[in-house]
Parts: sequence; structure tokens; C-alpha cells
Amino acid sequence: MGLLVAAWYVGSRIAGPRMLPDPQAVGLAMWTEAKSGDLAFALGVTLARVAVSFTIAMALGTVLGVMMGRWRLADRLADPWLVVLLNLPALVIIVLAYVWAGLTETAAIAAVALNKLPNATVTVREGARSFDRQLDEMADVFRMGSWTRLRHVLIPQLAPYLAAAARSGLSLVWKIVLIVELLGRPNGVGFEIGIAFQLFDVTRILAYAIAFVVVMLAIETFLVQPIERHVSRWRPRPA
Amino acid sequence: MSPAGVPAQLDVSIESKSYRAASGGRLDVLRGLKFALPAGAVAALVGPSGCGKTTLLRIITGLDRDFSGVVNLPEHGKLGMVFQEPRLLPWRTVEQNVRLGAPEATDADLDMLFAALGLDSHREHFPGELSLGQARRVALARAFAVKPDLLVLDEPFVSLDDALAERLRDELAALVTSRRVTTLLVTHNIDEAIGLADRLFLLSSSPTRVVAEVPIARPRGLHSVNERAEIRAEIAQRLGKAV
Repeated sequence: MGLLVAAWYVGSRIAGPRMLPDPQAVGLAMWTEAKSGDLAFALGVTLARVAVSFTIAMALGTVLGVMMGRWRLADRLADPWLVVLLNLPALVIIVLAYVWAGLTETAAIAAVALNKLPNATVTVREGARSFDRQLDEMADVFRMGSWTRLRHVLIPQLAPYLAAAARSGLSLVWKIVLIVELLGRPNGVGFEIGIAFQLFDVTRILAYAIAFVVVMLAIETFLVQPIERHVSRWRPRPA
Repeated sequence: MSPAGVPAQLDVSIESKSYRAASGGRLDVLRGLKFALPAGAVAALVGPSGCGKTTLLRIITGLDRDFSGVVNLPEHGKLGMVFQEPRLLPWRTVEQNVRLGAPEATDADLDMLFAALGLDSHREHFPGELSLGQARRVALARAFAVKPDLLVLDEPFVSLDDALAERLRDELAALVTSRRVTTLLVTHNIDEAIGLADRLFLLSSSPTRVVAEVPIARPRGLHSVNERAEIRAEIAQRLGKAV
């Protein structure tokens, strides 16, 4: 961390404050934006978009992934679509969503969710393909109800795959949310960065970007990792 | 033990069960296999390895419905099963595993079972923290906790060392005796069968059928070396006659 800041100082000396303002200047800009409430508002709006589109993509991706992993017919029908979506550039999906649905919140959220959906689906499908048949049979013989089965037999087997999808998904989603905001939303971190870009205000760009990275780091450390630790507590750890 | 007229707890009559072989033909695994168990009986199916015992158990437990014939279980019959592998949920504790298999078991039931099987101190452990012998005990506890109408055991003690297998066998014998559970045990270990069952069904090699029924005079009693030898001789004779 200290090394990073030191390198930043040196870089700023070499490149000049216009190309790369030093950490103090960026910190000061962050402080002014925070005091006016603009920073918190932009962060809040962007985080809400991240949360909604992430939830939609994960929920749909899980259902779709399990169906494709378990039923060959679903896999054969949906696989070509998945390949198309996986390879369609994010920008194309965003632009088309805005053209077809207008510059609306719905279009923005849908575009982000659609970008994340295929990779959640593919990851969960791998999980569903590796379901343990022996545990399935055990659940059959002991006549477990469908809720018990889902909660205690199937979801725990899916957990590592869900965690992987969530990890990669969160980072992907927030990057795309910023682009969506830049292209067609009147607020949020992406919008602010867009304005700063037009004014060539590198200090502001860094101020917003760093604030957002800090928030995402906090989510990873205080939310994602504790959940993962809890879910994998049964795994024997090397002493 | 079971007076005449008591309806059979388990009635198996399988005309045939076959698999499609890789070469395209049909491979008969079971053919004309029949036997019945009265309530409270403990039977062991003994046969050469690879004779389709596991297939037979899958049919009886309803996991495999692709066969011709009839399997009659008591209506709404509850099944307790111990598979060859313990098949516990690794992400649930020992106690949760038993409760999930047997949601109707009371705390008192579990206390008794855990005490009888020496699992008291392992209730909160995860299966990954247990030895194979302990995991097998948990699987036994789960099967008994169901209070099954039929208890099915598929080679429950393979790959344990002899001393441990012996101890577990004694614990199982005690449980079976005290609870009067109708039990079907599959094994290729004749001593194990003699030690646990009150009758043996001898199976032929594939396509499998029951070739003889051998009653055991004093089930789960201490058999002397001579008695065991006699039973073994009888088995050998019957198998010889059948072939």
C-alpha cells in the first residue's frame, strides 16, 4: 500500500500534475466532493445499480445454469444463445438496449444484467453437472422432501460455483455499470467520470475511481469473504 | 419368532433385470430371483462378488425401476439404508446428517443411538473429521433413527480392519436384536452373515437367483468354531448341489 502511494508520488513528479496529480491533490478533491454530498450520492446510485443488476443476473444465471446442467434438452436449446451472449461485446449490448428501450433505468439495468448473465450461467452449469449421484440416491432412499433436498443436498454442492460466479461477477458488473452510466445515465460514478473526462480533470476522475474501488474492496472484505468462510467451514483445513 | 399367517414384510419376485451390453446385446444380471421375509426377520444375501447384489438392492429400495417383476414393501414402508460408502453430507454435522435422514426422530431416540454407537462426542463434528469406522457408525445411526420397516445394509463393513468390523458387527447385532427391525444384509463375508442373520439366502453367479435358504439355529448367538464349520459345510453342499 505504502509502496503504491510512493510510486504514485514519483510518477506524479515525472508526468506533471496535469497528467497525474499527486495523492494529496486527489485526497483533497475527494474531501470536497464528499463534503458537498456529491460523492456519496454518486456512490449510492452506482451501488444500487450494481446491486440490482448483480442480483438479477445471479438469480437468472443460477436457475438457467441448473436447468442446463441437469437437462440435456435445455442445454441443447440454450447453448447457442449462451455462446452468442458470451461473445457479444458489452458495448454492443448496452447501445442496443438504449436504442431499443430508450435511455431508461430499466434499459441500463437490463444491459448490465445481460452482460453478466452468460458467465454466471456457464459457471453454475459446471456445478450442476458435477452433482453427486450417490447423495441423490441417498436422498431418494430416505425420502427427503424437495425443500430439504434443495437446501441441504443441492445448494451446498453448488456453493463453490456460486461463490466463483459471484466473485468474478461483482467485479465485472461494476465495471460495466460505469460504462452504462457514462453512455446514458444522468448520475452515478460513471456519469461523474464522464464529465471529468470532458473537462480533462484527472484529479476528479481519480477521486471518484478510488472512492469506488475502496467501497468495492470493503464489500469484498466484510461481506463476500465472511460469507465464503461460513459456507466452507466444514472443509477440513490443514492445521 | 414370526407365527405363520403374518404377512411378509418384503416380497421380492424379479423375473429379469438386464443391462444393454457395450457390444449391443442384452446381459441378464438377475433372472427368476424370488424370496420373502416375514416381519422381524434378519436375512443375509450371500453370493460371489459381482453377482448383482447391489443391483438387487437398488431394485428393492426403488432406486432402479427398470426391471420386470414385483417388489412388495409394506405400504408407506419406511426404508433405512446403509450404503457401501457412508454417503453423509460433508457440509452438515453428524447430528444434522442423522436428523435430515430421520426428521421424525426425537431427541431421546438420538441420545440412545449415539450412545449405543459411541458417537456422543462427535455430534458436532463434520464427516470430514471422522474416520471411516466412525462415518459408518453415523450411517448406521441414520438408518436406525428412521425406525425403518425395512433396514437394508449393503456390505456395511467392507474396507474396515477385522477388529473394527467385528466391533461394529456386534453393535449392529445388539441394535437389530433390541429393535426387531426387519433387516436385509448383503455381504460376501460368510462369517459376517452367520453372526448377524437368522437365515441366509445363497445366490448363484450371474444371472443371479436364490439357490437355497439356510436357517441359522441360534441367530446372533455365540457360534463355536465347530458350529460355524457346520454351517459353512452346509452352504458348500447346497451351493454344490445347485451348480
